[in-house]
Amino acid sequence: MTKDIIVQRERRVGWLLVLPALLLLLGVFAYPIGQAFWQSLFNQNLGTQLTSEFTGLSNYARMTQDGRFWQTMWNTSVFTFFSVFFEFLLGLGVALVLNQSFRGRGIVRTVAILPWALPTALIALAWTWIFNDQYGIVNDILLRLGLIQTGINWLGNPTLAMGAVIFADVWKTTPFISILLLAGLQSISEDLYEAHRIDGASPWQSFRQITLPLLMPQIVIALLFRFAQAFGIFDLIAVMTGGGPGGATETVSLYIYSTVMRYLDFGYGAALVVVTFVLLILVVAIAAFFLNRSRAKARGVN
Amino acid sequence: MTTFPESVSKSQRSSGINWRSLILPIAVILVVLFCLAPVLWQLLTSVKVNQDISAVPSVYFPRRFTLEHYQQLFARRPFWNYLLNSFFVAAASTLLALGLGAPAAYALARLRLQGERVILAGVLIVTLFPPILLFLGLLRVVQVLSLGDNYLALVLPYAAINLPLTILVMRSFFEQLPRDLEDSAKVDGYNTVGTLLNIVLPLTLPALATTGILAFITAWNEFIFALTFITRESMKTVPVAASQLGGASIFEIPYGPIAAATVLGTLPLVLLVLFFQRQIIQGLTSGAVKG
Repeated sequence: MTKDIIVQRERRVGWLLVLPALLLLLGVFAYPIGQAFWQSLFNQNLGTQLTSEFTGLSNYARMTQDGRFWQTMWNTSVFTFFSVFFEFLLGLGVALVLNQSFRGRGIVRTVAILPWALPTALIALAWTWIFNDQYGIVNDILLRLGLIQTGINWLGNPTLAMGAVIFADVWKTTPFISILLLAGLQSISEDLYEAHRIDGASPWQSFRQITLPLLMPQIVIALLFRFAQAFGIFDLIAVMTGGGPGGATETVSLYIYSTVMRYLDFGYGAALVVVTFVLLILVVAIAAFFLNRSRAKARGVN
Repeated sequence: MTTFPESVSKSQRSSGINWRSLILPIAVILVVLFCLAPVLWQLLTSVKVNQDISAVPSVYFPRRFTLEHYQQLFARRPFWNYLLNSFFVAAASTLLALGLGAPAAYALARLRLQGERVILAGVLIVTLFPPILLFLGLLRVVQVLSLGDNYLALVLPYAAINLPLTILVMRSFFEQLPRDLEDSAKVDGYNTVGTLLNIVLPLTLPALATTGILAFITAWNEFIFALTFITRESMKTVPVAASQLGGASIFEIPYGPIAAATVLGTLPLVLLVLFFQRQIIQGLTSGAVKG
């Protein structure tokens, strides 16, 4: 009987401790998402003089006809796929290098997380300068090497501009992946490699048969985080190209932002938020499924 | 690739050419160059005279150095304000995140709450939401509560963004803490809150520092809320203010001051990374992997 009272009191205190954090989380995360679902059923724009008019699913119907929406979806997919792909390859490489023992490893590790910690908007300014068409260092190096004859307008060409923002994003977020993968690498026991080598396996074989499978949970987590961040990319592109040239680098988040802040089309902006949110959740659910599977597998090998 | 353990290279050394002893230093140098070059180029640009900045071909080893761009930044813009705003907003939101997150993490680790799993799952999913999904709803909140041009419009969302990481990292810390400590505190007559304040909190300071550093970095770097909710010039944060630096016309882009602004805006974070590298790595990995 007394134990029940103690447990009950503990629970009451527990809820008191959790409640403030929970309320703030609900206010900042749950409310805006719920609000977007609700608002997406209304028309609220300059046409309705910013008053809400219930229109059902018409905002979603409008989206199917909206070429700019599909263009931004495509841009977002291209950006997300290529940046996450290259970040993963580079991040894995960097993690493998940092996992070796060499003199000055501490300093190199510090340097290697630097890009991740710096403000994206400011880094975007640095990359804009680097890709500058007249005075940029990229053009300068290519000219000096004799690879080009005249300076390239990197941020003024649709394809090159996309390449430039992807490059900048890869630079900024590779450290995040390498930190996560390095932690995973360090948790793999040296004995496994030892035993594998005695069995006559080559380094490449042990990489494929030991490192990759055991690292899989960290890989899935890193890719999941990076997917979500890249899919919602805003500051880097907003500062580097503003979505240009001609909308070639406009991602969904930039489109949402200008729909709301420039065109004051709140209802349609909300519908765009809802669709982006649903897509994100879908991918997360799929990734969670693979994560559980890879974790079970990794446990099996261990 | 290069995963094979130490002893392989030793055995290879006897067999002639040792590729690994060549590849590793080159790889390390490439990693360092890759990470530092863009930042160093911006630093160099910020101290070059205008003539050298717009020189073709580019000047890599300038003979003249100047602090003119930095002076311009402070003379023409309230740059001290930007720095102080960023600092205040980041510090306040970090403290709030720790103040709300640590007790919640303790409760989730120790006190048997119903619905614990639901709360944890929610906290985890929320870390994946990009801010663009939230800004529309928050804009409404800011309008209704008339929080526009009020630091609360940034401090509260930033604290919320940092709460999931705080809760996850602190919870895994509390779970590793020996339970005996709290049990004996209870025997000594402390209640739950008393135990928390007098016994647990002092032991928790290192973990609080770890999450605090990460929270500070996230808040300092945030862009979209700062861009949307703060419009008064003197209240802007560094990332937004720097991204809006412009010249008298489109054709006159102030490259020097922009470079100087990026250097000043990144400097505090460079220092944080230099001093707290270990904590940052620890916090990031335990935050993400525990999920």
